Amino acid sequence: MELVSPVDYAKQSVRAVQDYSLLAGRSVANLFAHPRYLTDTVQQMDLIGVGSVPIVVLTGFFTGAVLALQSANSLARFGALSMTGQLVSLSMVRELGPVLTGLMVAGRNASGMASELGSMKVTEQIDAMRALGTDPTKKLVTPRVVAAVVMLFFLTIISDFFGLLGGFMVAKLILGLDTYEYWNTAYQSLVYGDVVMGLTKPLLFGFVIATMGCYYGLQAKGGTQGVGRATTQAVVAASVLTLVVNFFFTRLLMAFFKIH
Amino acid sequence: MTEPLQSEDVIIHFEDVAIAFDDLVVLDGVTFDLHKGETKILLGVAGSGKSILLKLALGLLKPDRGHIRVLGQEVTQMKENDLFELRRLIGMVFQESALFDSLTVRENVSFRLREEHVSEDEIERRVRESLRFVELEHTVDLFPSELSGGMRRRVAIARAIITQPELLLYDSPTGGLDPVTSTTIVELIVKQHDEYHTSALMVTHRLQDAFTMASHYYDSGAKEMRPLLGAHGEPKVNLDTTFVILKDGKVIFDGNAPELARSSDEYIREYIA
Repeated sequence: MELVSPVDYAKQSVRAVQDYSLLAGRSVANLFAHPRYLTDTVQQMDLIGVGSVPIVVLTGFFTGAVLALQSANSLARFGALSMTGQLVSLSMVRELGPVLTGLMVAGRNASGMASELGSMKVTEQIDAMRALGTDPTKKLVTPRVVAAVVMLFFLTIISDFFGLLGGFMVAKLILGLDTYEYWNTAYQSLVYGDVVMGLTKPLLFGFVIATMGCYYGLQAKGGTQGVGRATTQAVVAASVLTLVVNFFFTRLLMAFFKIH
Repeated sequence: MTEPLQSEDVIIHFEDVAIAFDDLVVLDGVTFDLHKGETKILLGVAGSGKSILLKLALGLLKPDRGHIRVLGQEVTQMKENDLFELRRLIGMVFQESALFDSLTVRENVSFRLREEHVSEDEIERRVRESLRFVELEHTVDLFPSELSGGMRRRVAIARAIITQPELLLYDSPTGGLDPVTSTTIVELIVKQHDEYHTSALMVTHRLQDAFTMASHYYDSGAKEMRPLLGAHGEPKVNLDTTFVILKDGKVIFDGNAPELARSSDEYIREYIA
Protein backbone atom coordinates (compact mmCIF):
# COMPACT_ATOMS: atom_id res chain seq x y z
CA MET A 1 0.00 0.00 0.00
CA GLU A 2 1.31 3.43 -0.97
CA LEU A 3 2.14 5.68 1.98
CA VAL A 4 0.90 9.26 1.81
CA SER A 5 2.88 12.01 3.52
CA PRO A 6 1.00 13.94 6.26
CA VAL A 7 1.33 17.15 4.23
CA ASP A 8 -0.18 15.55 1.13
CA TYR A 9 -2.94 14.00 3.24
CA ALA A 10 -3.75 17.40 4.78
CA LYS A 11 -3.80 19.02 1.33
CA GLN A 12 -6.10 16.30 -0.03
CA SER A 13 -8.43 16.70 2.94
CA VAL A 14 -8.63 20.48 2.60
CA ARG A 15 -9.20 20.13 -1.15
CA ALA A 16 -11.97 17.58 -0.55
CA VAL A 17 -13.72 19.96 1.88
CA GLN A 18 -13.29 22.80 -0.61
CA ASP A 19 -14.67 20.74 -3.52
CA TYR A 20 -17.61 19.55 -1.44
CA SER A 21 -18.39 23.09 -0.26
CA LEU A 22 -18.26 24.39 -3.82
CA LEU A 23 -20.57 21.65 -5.06
CA ALA A 24 -22.99 22.17 -2.17
CA GLY A 25 -22.97 25.94 -2.75
CA ARG A 26 -23.49 25.54 -6.48
CA SER A 27 -26.38 23.14 -5.95
CA VAL A 28 -28.18 25.91 -4.04
CA ALA A 29 -27.10 28.75 -6.34
CA ASN A 30 -28.49 26.79 -9.32
CA LEU A 31 -31.97 27.27 -7.88
CA PHE A 32 -31.74 30.94 -8.80
CA ALA A 33 -30.42 30.43 -12.34
CA HIS A 34 -31.83 29.06 -15.59
CA PRO A 35 -32.30 26.41 -16.80
CA ARG A 36 -34.22 24.57 -14.07
CA TYR A 37 -34.91 20.89 -14.55
CA LEU A 38 -38.39 20.39 -13.12
CA THR A 39 -39.00 17.02 -14.79
CA ASP A 40 -35.75 15.64 -13.43
CA THR A 41 -36.65 16.97 -9.97
CA VAL A 42 -40.08 15.31 -10.01
CA GLN A 43 -38.48 12.08 -11.25
CA GLN A 44 -36.01 12.18 -8.35
CA MET A 45 -38.82 12.95 -5.90
CA ASP A 46 -40.56 9.79 -7.04
CA LEU A 47 -37.35 7.79 -6.74
CA ILE A 48 -36.32 9.16 -3.35
CA GLY A 49 -39.72 9.85 -1.81
CA VAL A 50 -42.20 7.29 -3.07
CA GLY A 51 -39.49 4.65 -3.41
CA SER A 52 -38.44 5.04 0.23
CA VAL A 53 -41.96 4.87 1.73
CA PRO A 54 -41.93 1.09 2.46
CA ILE A 55 -38.61 1.13 4.36
CA VAL A 56 -39.53 4.32 6.21
CA VAL A 57 -42.91 2.88 7.24
CA LEU A 58 -41.35 -0.36 8.48
CA THR A 59 -38.49 1.41 10.27
CA GLY A 60 -40.82 3.91 11.94
CA PHE A 61 -43.39 1.30 12.96
CA PHE A 62 -40.96 -1.11 14.57
CA THR A 63 -38.90 1.63 16.21
CA GLY A 64 -42.05 3.02 17.85
CA ALA A 65 -43.10 -0.50 18.84
CA VAL A 66 -39.78 -1.37 20.44
CA LEU A 67 -39.65 2.01 22.19
CA ALA A 68 -42.97 1.26 23.85
CA LEU A 69 -41.85 -2.25 24.71
CA GLN A 70 -38.52 -1.19 26.22
CA SER A 71 -39.85 1.80 28.11
CA ALA A 72 -42.82 -0.09 29.61
CA ASN A 73 -40.60 -1.92 32.06
CA SER A 74 -38.94 1.26 33.38
CA LEU A 75 -42.15 3.28 33.44
CA ALA A 76 -44.03 0.50 35.28
CA ARG A 77 -41.50 0.66 38.10
CA PHE A 78 -42.51 4.26 38.78
CA GLY A 79 -46.18 3.54 38.18
CA ALA A 80 -46.07 5.68 35.06
CA LEU A 81 -47.03 3.15 32.41
CA SER A 82 -49.67 5.57 31.16
CA MET A 83 -46.84 7.87 30.04
CA THR A 84 -45.86 5.40 27.27
CA GLY A 85 -47.60 7.52 24.62
CA GLN A 86 -45.68 10.61 25.73
CA LEU A 87 -42.34 8.84 25.65
CA VAL A 88 -42.90 7.33 22.21
CA SER A 89 -44.23 10.61 20.86
CA LEU A 90 -41.36 12.78 22.12
CA SER A 91 -38.67 10.31 21.10
CA MET A 92 -40.10 9.75 17.63
CA VAL A 93 -40.94 13.34 16.76
CA ARG A 94 -37.84 15.01 18.20
CA GLU A 95 -35.15 12.47 17.42
CA LEU A 96 -35.78 9.01 16.09
CA GLY A 97 -38.19 9.92 13.29
CA PRO A 98 -35.88 12.37 11.52
CA VAL A 99 -32.62 10.57 12.30
CA LEU A 100 -33.73 7.07 11.38
CA THR A 101 -35.47 8.30 8.24
CA GLY A 102 -32.29 10.21 7.36
CA LEU A 103 -30.15 7.14 7.88
CA MET A 104 -32.50 4.95 5.84
CA VAL A 105 -32.56 7.44 2.97
CA ALA A 106 -28.77 7.83 3.25
CA GLY A 107 -28.34 4.09 2.89
CA ARG A 108 -30.79 3.81 0.05
CA ASN A 109 -30.35 7.03 -1.92
CA ALA A 110 -26.87 8.40 -1.18
CA SER A 111 -25.59 5.05 -2.48
CA GLY A 112 -27.90 5.23 -5.48
CA MET A 113 -26.78 8.77 -6.34
CA ALA A 114 -23.09 7.95 -5.89
CA SER A 115 -23.26 4.82 -8.01
CA GLU A 116 -25.33 6.43 -10.77
CA LEU A 117 -23.21 9.56 -11.03
CA GLY A 118 -20.03 7.56 -10.47
CA SER A 119 -20.86 5.26 -13.40
CA MET A 120 -21.58 8.31 -15.54
CA LYS A 121 -18.26 9.83 -14.48
CA VAL A 122 -16.08 6.83 -15.28
CA THR A 123 -17.76 6.24 -18.64
CA GLU A 124 -17.24 9.92 -19.62
CA GLN A 125 -20.99 10.62 -19.64
CA ILE A 126 -20.45 13.59 -17.31
CA ASP A 127 -17.84 15.00 -19.71
CA ALA A 128 -20.20 14.29 -22.61
CA MET A 129 -22.91 16.27 -20.84
CA ARG A 130 -20.53 19.20 -20.33
CA ALA A 131 -19.44 18.87 -23.96
CA LEU A 132 -23.08 19.08 -25.03
CA GLY A 133 -23.34 22.42 -23.24
CA THR A 134 -25.24 21.21 -20.18
CA ASP A 135 -24.10 21.91 -16.64
CA PRO A 136 -24.15 18.56 -14.75
CA THR A 137 -24.61 20.35 -11.41
CA LYS A 138 -27.84 21.88 -12.76
CA LYS A 139 -29.08 18.78 -14.54
CA LEU A 140 -27.98 16.11 -12.05
CA VAL A 141 -27.10 17.59 -8.64
CA THR A 142 -29.69 20.29 -7.94
CA PRO A 143 -32.73 18.10 -8.79
CA ARG A 144 -31.43 15.41 -6.43
CA VAL A 145 -30.78 17.92 -3.64
CA VAL A 146 -34.21 19.55 -3.96
CA ALA A 147 -35.93 16.16 -4.17
CA ALA A 148 -34.09 14.82 -1.10
CA VAL A 149 -34.81 17.94 0.99
CA VAL A 150 -38.52 18.03 0.12
CA MET A 151 -39.14 14.29 0.31
CA LEU A 152 -37.23 13.72 3.55
CA PHE A 153 -39.56 16.23 5.20
CA PHE A 154 -42.63 14.21 4.21
CA LEU A 155 -40.97 10.87 4.85
CA THR A 156 -40.21 12.00 8.40
CA ILE A 157 -43.88 12.83 8.98
CA ILE A 158 -44.79 9.36 7.74
CA SER A 159 -42.11 7.80 9.95
CA ASP A 160 -43.33 9.76 13.01
CA PHE A 161 -46.90 8.66 12.44
CA PHE A 162 -46.05 5.00 11.96
CA GLY A 163 -43.73 5.15 14.98
CA LEU A 164 -46.65 6.36 17.09
CA LEU A 165 -48.82 3.66 15.55
CA GLY A 166 -46.22 0.98 16.35
CA GLY A 167 -46.05 2.25 19.94
CA PHE A 168 -49.83 2.21 20.14
CA MET A 169 -50.07 -1.40 18.92
CA VAL A 170 -47.69 -2.50 21.68
CA ALA A 171 -49.38 -0.29 24.27
CA LYS A 172 -52.82 -1.62 23.37
CA LEU A 173 -52.15 -5.26 22.57
CA ILE A 174 -49.28 -6.11 24.94
CA LEU A 175 -49.40 -3.51 27.73
CA GLY A 176 -53.19 -3.22 27.75
CA LEU A 177 -53.26 0.60 27.79
CA ASP A 178 -56.33 2.58 26.87
CA THR A 179 -56.48 3.93 23.28
CA TYR A 180 -57.59 7.41 24.29
CA GLU A 181 -54.98 7.64 27.05
CA TYR A 182 -52.15 6.67 24.68
CA TRP A 183 -53.04 9.12 21.92
CA ASN A 184 -53.95 11.89 24.35
CA THR A 185 -50.63 11.76 26.23
CA ALA A 186 -48.79 11.42 22.93
CA TYR A 187 -50.47 14.53 21.55
CA GLN A 188 -50.47 16.62 24.74
CA SER A 189 -46.76 16.12 25.41
CA LEU A 190 -45.70 17.72 22.14
CA VAL A 191 -45.03 21.45 22.15
CA TYR A 192 -44.46 23.75 19.18
CA GLY A 193 -40.66 23.56 19.55
CA ASP A 194 -40.66 19.74 19.40
CA VAL A 195 -42.57 19.68 16.14
CA VAL A 196 -40.50 22.44 14.55
CA MET A 197 -37.29 20.74 15.64
CA GLY A 198 -38.44 17.39 14.31
CA LEU A 199 -39.47 18.81 10.96
CA THR A 200 -36.55 21.19 10.43
CA LYS A 201 -33.90 18.52 10.82
CA PRO A 202 -34.95 16.46 7.78
CA LEU A 203 -34.46 19.52 5.56
CA LEU A 204 -30.83 19.67 6.64
CA PHE A 205 -30.39 15.89 6.51
CA GLY A 206 -31.81 15.76 2.98
CA PHE A 207 -29.31 18.37 1.87
CA VAL A 208 -26.39 16.54 3.50
CA ILE A 209 -27.40 13.15 2.08
CA ALA A 210 -27.93 14.35 -1.50
CA THR A 211 -24.83 16.55 -1.68
CA MET A 212 -22.68 13.76 -0.19
CA GLY A 213 -24.06 11.19 -2.63
CA CYS A 214 -23.52 13.51 -5.60
CA TYR A 215 -20.07 14.63 -4.42
CA TYR A 216 -18.69 11.12 -4.08
CA GLY A 217 -20.31 10.10 -7.38
CA LEU A 218 -18.75 13.00 -9.27
CA GLN A 219 -15.35 12.31 -7.68
CA ALA A 220 -15.37 8.64 -8.71
CA LYS A 221 -12.45 7.41 -10.77
CA GLY A 222 -10.88 4.11 -11.63
CA GLY A 223 -13.63 2.07 -13.31
CA THR A 224 -16.16 -0.14 -11.57
CA GLN A 225 -13.96 -0.52 -8.49
CA GLY A 226 -13.89 3.26 -8.17
CA VAL A 227 -17.68 3.41 -8.42
CA GLY A 228 -18.00 0.79 -5.67
CA ARG A 229 -15.59 2.74 -3.48
CA ALA A 230 -17.46 5.99 -4.10
CA THR A 231 -20.77 4.33 -3.20
CA THR A 232 -19.45 2.98 0.09
CA GLN A 233 -17.81 6.29 0.99
CA ALA A 234 -21.02 8.18 0.17
CA VAL A 235 -23.16 6.03 2.48
CA VAL A 236 -20.64 6.17 5.34
CA ALA A 237 -20.02 9.91 5.00
CA ALA A 238 -23.72 10.76 4.60
CA SER A 239 -24.70 8.65 7.62
CA VAL A 240 -21.95 9.94 9.89
CA LEU A 241 -22.46 13.54 8.82
CA THR A 242 -26.21 13.17 9.40
CA LEU A 243 -25.54 12.14 13.02
CA VAL A 244 -22.95 14.89 13.56
CA VAL A 245 -25.20 17.57 12.06
CA ASN A 246 -28.06 16.19 14.16
CA PHE A 247 -26.15 16.78 17.39
CA PHE A 248 -25.13 20.37 16.63
CA PHE A 249 -28.46 21.31 15.08
CA THR A 250 -30.36 19.82 18.01
CA ARG A 251 -28.24 21.85 20.44
CA LEU A 252 -28.89 24.98 18.39
CA LEU A 253 -32.64 24.41 18.21
CA MET A 254 -32.87 23.54 21.90
CA ALA A 255 -31.22 26.83 22.72
CA PHE A 256 -33.51 28.64 20.29
CA PHE A 257 -36.73 27.12 21.63
CA LYS A 258 -35.42 27.04 25.21
CA ILE A 259 -36.03 23.31 25.46
CA HIS A 260 -34.15 21.47 28.20
CA MET B 1 -14.79 37.76 -22.91
CA THR B 2 -14.78 37.32 -26.70
CA GLU B 3 -11.60 38.31 -28.41
CA PRO B 4 -11.36 38.55 -32.19
CA LEU B 5 -9.07 36.07 -33.89
CA GLN B 6 -6.02 37.33 -35.66
CA SER B 7 -7.24 35.43 -38.68
CA GLU B 8 -10.93 34.64 -39.12
CA ASP B 9 -9.84 31.53 -40.95
CA VAL B 10 -8.44 29.95 -37.78
CA ILE B 11 -10.95 27.79 -35.91
CA ILE B 12 -8.62 26.43 -33.23
CA HIS B 13 -5.36 28.04 -32.17
CA PHE B 14 -3.04 26.30 -29.69
CA GLU B 15 -0.09 28.36 -28.55
CA ASP B 16 2.62 26.98 -26.26
CA VAL B 17 0.12 24.81 -24.39
CA ALA B 18 1.43 22.71 -21.53
CA ILE B 19 -0.28 20.48 -18.99
CA ALA B 20 1.01 18.05 -16.39
CA PHE B 21 -0.69 15.69 -13.95
CA ASP B 22 1.30 15.57 -10.72
CA ASP B 23 4.84 14.98 -11.98
CA LEU B 24 3.84 13.61 -15.38
CA VAL B 25 4.22 16.16 -18.17
CA VAL B 26 1.64 15.29 -20.83
CA LEU B 27 1.83 18.30 -23.18
CA ASP B 28 4.77 20.66 -23.26
CA GLY B 29 4.63 23.69 -25.53
CA VAL B 30 2.11 22.47 -28.10
CA THR B 31 1.40 24.96 -30.90
CA PHE B 32 -0.76 24.43 -33.99
CA ASP B 33 -3.74 25.90 -35.87
CA LEU B 34 -6.85 24.31 -37.32
CA HIS B 35 -8.25 26.29 -40.26
CA LYS B 36 -11.79 26.56 -41.51
CA GLY B 37 -12.85 23.51 -43.49
CA GLU B 38 -9.70 21.63 -42.52
CA THR B 39 -9.59 18.15 -40.99
CA LYS B 40 -6.58 17.82 -38.75
CA ILE B 41 -5.58 14.38 -37.59
CA LEU B 42 -3.68 14.11 -34.32
CA LEU B 43 -1.37 11.13 -34.32
CA GLY B 44 0.80 9.73 -31.58
CA VAL B 45 1.40 6.66 -29.51
CA ALA B 46 -0.95 5.79 -26.64
CA GLY B 47 -0.46 8.16 -23.71
CA SER B 48 0.99 10.96 -25.83
CA GLY B 49 -1.73 13.37 -24.73
CA LYS B 50 -3.96 13.31 -27.83
CA SER B 51 -7.26 12.96 -25.96
CA ILE B 52 -6.15 15.52 -23.36
CA LEU B 53 -5.64 17.95 -26.22
CA LEU B 54 -9.28 17.57 -27.31
CA LYS B 55 -10.48 18.08 -23.74
CA LEU B 56 -8.37 21.23 -23.53
CA ALA B 57 -9.95 22.51 -26.75
CA LEU B 58 -13.39 21.96 -25.23
CA GLY B 59 -12.39 23.64 -21.97
CA LEU B 60 -13.03 20.42 -20.03
CA LEU B 61 -9.48 20.80 -18.70
CA LYS B 62 -7.41 23.91 -18.10
CA PRO B 63 -3.78 24.03 -19.26
CA ASP B 64 -0.95 24.91 -16.90
CA ARG B 65 0.47 27.27 -19.52
CA GLY B 66 -0.34 28.69 -22.94
CA HIS B 67 -3.34 29.96 -24.88
CA ILE B 68 -6.14 28.10 -26.60
CA ARG B 69 -8.54 29.95 -28.86
CA VAL B 70 -11.57 28.12 -30.17
CA LEU B 71 -14.02 29.81 -32.57
CA GLY B 72 -12.49 33.14 -31.63
CA GLN B 73 -12.73 32.71 -27.86
CA GLU B 74 -9.92 32.25 -25.40
CA VAL B 75 -11.08 29.12 -23.59
CA THR B 76 -8.29 29.22 -21.00
CA GLN B 77 -9.76 32.43 -19.56
CA MET B 78 -13.45 31.52 -19.78
CA LYS B 79 -15.71 30.67 -16.87
CA GLU B 80 -17.55 27.35 -16.93
CA ASN B 81 -20.89 29.05 -17.62
CA ASP B 82 -19.50 30.81 -20.70
CA LEU B 83 -17.89 27.58 -21.85
CA PHE B 84 -21.31 25.89 -21.94
CA GLU B 85 -22.39 28.46 -24.54
CA LEU B 86 -19.27 27.85 -26.65
CA ARG B 87 -19.57 24.07 -26.44
CA ARG B 88 -23.00 24.25 -28.03
CA LEU B 89 -21.19 25.23 -31.26
CA ILE B 90 -18.94 22.19 -31.08
CA GLY B 91 -19.69 18.51 -31.62
CA MET B 92 -17.65 15.94 -29.75
CA VAL B 93 -17.41 12.19 -30.33
CA PHE B 94 -15.87 10.49 -27.31
CA GLN B 95 -13.52 7.53 -27.37
CA GLU B 96 -16.03 5.07 -25.92
CA SER B 97 -19.03 6.97 -27.37
CA ALA B 98 -20.10 8.22 -23.90
CA LEU B 99 -23.78 7.77 -24.74
CA PHE B 100 -26.16 8.27 -21.81
CA ASP B 101 -26.92 4.65 -21.00
CA SER B 102 -30.26 5.30 -19.32
CA LEU B 103 -31.59 7.18 -22.35
CA THR B 104 -32.74 5.73 -25.69
CA VAL B 105 -30.96 6.48 -28.94
CA ARG B 106 -33.64 9.08 -29.72
CA GLU B 107 -33.13 10.80 -26.36
CA ASN B 108 -29.35 10.65 -26.71
CA VAL B 109 -29.30 12.15 -30.18
CA SER B 110 -31.88 14.81 -29.30
CA PHE B 111 -30.25 15.73 -25.95
CA ARG B 112 -28.96 19.11 -27.06
CA LEU B 113 -32.16 20.00 -28.92
CA ARG B 114 -34.23 19.31 -25.80
CA GLU B 115 -31.92 21.55 -23.80
CA GLU B 116 -32.67 24.27 -26.33
CA HIS B 117 -36.45 23.63 -26.04
CA VAL B 118 -36.88 22.82 -29.72
CA SER B 119 -40.43 21.66 -30.58
CA GLU B 120 -41.15 17.91 -30.50
CA ASP B 121 -41.94 17.76 -34.24
CA GLU B 122 -38.69 19.49 -35.10
CA ILE B 123 -36.76 17.20 -32.73
CA GLU B 124 -38.25 14.09 -34.32
CA ARG B 125 -37.44 15.34 -37.83
CA ARG B 126 -33.84 16.21 -36.99
CA VAL B 127 -33.23 13.02 -34.99
CA ARG B 128 -34.44 10.96 -37.96
CA GLU B 129 -32.31 13.01 -40.36
CA SER B 130 -29.22 12.64 -38.17
CA LEU B 131 -29.72 8.91 -37.68
CA ARG B 132 -30.38 8.47 -41.40
CA PHE B 133 -27.01 10.09 -42.03
CA VAL B 134 -25.30 7.39 -39.98
CA GLU B 135 -27.70 4.75 -41.37
CA LEU B 136 -29.15 3.81 -38.00
CA GLU B 137 -32.70 5.12 -38.24
CA HIS B 138 -34.08 1.76 -37.11
CA THR B 139 -32.33 1.99 -33.72
CA VAL B 140 -34.22 5.09 -32.59
CA ASP B 141 -36.03 3.35 -29.71
CA LEU B 142 -33.17 1.13 -28.57
CA PHE B 143 -30.92 1.72 -25.58
CA PRO B 144 -27.13 2.02 -26.04
CA SER B 145 -26.61 -1.35 -24.31
CA GLU B 146 -28.56 -2.99 -27.15
CA LEU B 147 -26.16 -1.65 -29.80
CA SER B 148 -22.80 -2.97 -30.99
CA GLY B 149 -19.62 -0.94 -30.42
CA GLY B 150 -19.63 0.35 -33.99
CA MET B 151 -23.29 1.31 -33.81
CA ARG B 152 -22.66 3.22 -30.59
CA ARG B 153 -19.93 5.23 -32.32
CA ARG B 154 -22.30 6.00 -35.16
CA VAL B 155 -24.99 7.16 -32.71
CA ALA B 156 -22.34 9.32 -31.01
CA ILE B 157 -21.58 10.88 -34.41
CA ALA B 158 -25.30 11.47 -34.98
CA ARG B 159 -25.52 13.17 -31.56
CA ALA B 160 -22.52 15.34 -32.36
CA ILE B 161 -23.74 16.50 -35.79
CA ILE B 162 -27.44 17.03 -35.05
CA THR B 163 -26.98 20.77 -34.46
CA GLN B 164 -24.63 21.08 -37.45
CA PRO B 165 -21.77 22.41 -35.33
CA GLU B 166 -19.01 24.65 -36.63
CA LEU B 167 -16.37 22.31 -35.28
CA LEU B 168 -16.21 18.56 -34.71
CA LEU B 169 -13.84 16.80 -32.35
CA TYR B 170 -13.36 13.06 -32.73
CA ASP B 171 -11.56 11.17 -29.98
CA SER B 172 -10.31 7.85 -31.44
CA PRO B 173 -13.60 7.14 -33.22
CA THR B 174 -12.29 3.83 -34.59
CA GLY B 175 -10.45 2.70 -31.46
CA GLY B 176 -11.18 -0.90 -30.50
CA LEU B 177 -13.26 -1.60 -33.61
CA ASP B 178 -12.70 -4.28 -36.26
CA PRO B 179 -11.31 -3.12 -39.66
CA VAL B 180 -14.65 -3.30 -41.47
CA THR B 181 -16.48 -1.26 -38.81
CA SER B 182 -13.55 1.17 -38.65
CA THR B 183 -13.87 1.78 -42.40
CA THR B 184 -17.60 2.46 -41.94
CA ILE B 185 -16.79 5.07 -39.28
CA VAL B 186 -14.06 6.67 -41.42
CA GLU B 187 -16.48 6.75 -44.35
CA LEU B 188 -19.00 8.59 -42.16
CA ILE B 189 -16.40 11.15 -41.12
CA VAL B 190 -15.38 11.68 -44.76
CA LYS B 191 -19.06 11.93 -45.74
CA GLN B 192 -19.70 14.48 -43.00
CA HIS B 193 -16.74 16.58 -44.12
CA ASP B 194 -17.58 16.42 -47.84
CA GLU B 195 -21.26 17.24 -47.34
CA TYR B 196 -21.02 19.91 -44.62
CA HIS B 197 -17.33 21.03 -44.82
CA THR B 198 -17.16 21.16 -41.03
CA SER B 199 -13.73 21.81 -39.54
CA ALA B 200 -12.61 18.78 -37.56
CA LEU B 201 -9.92 17.70 -35.19
CA MET B 202 -9.53 13.94 -34.99
CA VAL B 203 -7.42 11.92 -32.63
CA THR B 204 -6.32 8.48 -33.71
CA HIS B 205 -3.43 6.11 -33.38
CA ARG B 206 -4.46 4.22 -36.52
CA LEU B 207 -2.39 5.62 -39.34
CA GLN B 208 -4.33 3.69 -41.99
CA ASP B 209 -7.53 5.55 -40.99
CA ALA B 210 -5.71 8.88 -41.29
CA PHE B 211 -4.41 8.06 -44.77
CA THR B 212 -7.81 6.75 -45.88
CA MET B 213 -9.33 10.07 -44.86
CA ALA B 214 -6.68 12.03 -46.74
CA SER B 215 -6.93 9.94 -49.90
CA HIS B 216 -10.69 9.39 -50.27
CA TYR B 217 -13.83 11.37 -50.94
CA TYR B 218 -17.50 10.55 -50.44
CA ASP B 219 -19.43 9.86 -53.63
CA SER B 220 -22.99 10.85 -52.66
CA GLY B 221 -24.36 9.34 -55.89
CA ALA B 222 -22.84 5.92 -55.29
CA LYS B 223 -23.26 6.40 -51.52
CA GLU B 224 -19.76 5.19 -50.79
CA MET B 225 -16.23 6.38 -50.21
CA ARG B 226 -13.94 6.37 -53.24
CA PRO B 227 -10.22 7.08 -53.76
CA LEU B 228 -9.27 10.55 -54.89
CA LEU B 229 -7.77 10.40 -58.37
CA GLY B 230 -5.87 12.98 -60.39
CA ALA B 231 -6.52 13.94 -64.02
CA HIS B 232 -4.60 10.92 -65.27
CA GLY B 233 -6.04 8.48 -62.81
CA GLU B 234 -3.11 8.71 -60.41
CA PRO B 235 -3.82 8.60 -56.64
CA LYS B 236 -4.30 12.01 -55.08
CA VAL B 237 -4.57 13.35 -51.55
CA ASN B 238 -6.82 15.96 -50.03
CA LEU B 239 -4.64 18.86 -48.91
CA ASP B 240 -7.42 19.95 -46.49
CA THR B 241 -6.60 16.90 -44.44
CA THR B 242 -3.50 17.57 -42.38
CA PHE B 243 -1.54 15.75 -39.72
CA VAL B 244 -0.06 16.61 -36.36
CA ILE B 245 2.24 14.10 -34.70
CA LEU B 246 2.86 14.29 -30.96
CA LYS B 247 5.89 12.85 -29.24
CA ASP B 248 6.85 13.34 -25.59
CA GLY B 249 4.28 16.11 -25.24
CA LYS B 250 5.60 18.12 -28.21
CA VAL B 251 4.47 18.57 -31.81
CA ILE B 252 7.12 16.98 -34.02
CA PHE B 253 5.19 17.29 -37.29
CA ASP B 254 2.44 19.57 -38.59
CA GLY B 255 1.63 19.37 -42.28
CA ASN B 256 -0.22 17.55 -45.05
CA ALA B 257 0.17 14.03 -46.42
CA PRO B 258 2.85 14.78 -49.09
CA GLU B 259 4.91 16.65 -46.50
CA LEU B 260 4.52 13.75 -44.10
CA ALA B 261 5.68 11.32 -46.78
CA ARG B 262 8.73 13.52 -47.47
CA SER B 263 9.69 13.89 -43.80
CA SER B 264 13.26 12.82 -43.04
CA ASP B 265 12.70 12.61 -39.27
CA GLU B 266 13.70 9.15 -38.17
CA TYR B 267 10.86 8.77 -35.63
CA ILE B 268 8.27 9.88 -38.19
CA ARG B 269 9.65 7.57 -40.86
CA GLU B 270 9.46 4.69 -38.41
CA TYR B 271 5.98 5.75 -37.31
CA ILE B 272 4.51 5.83 -40.82
CA ALA B 273 6.40 2.76 -42.04
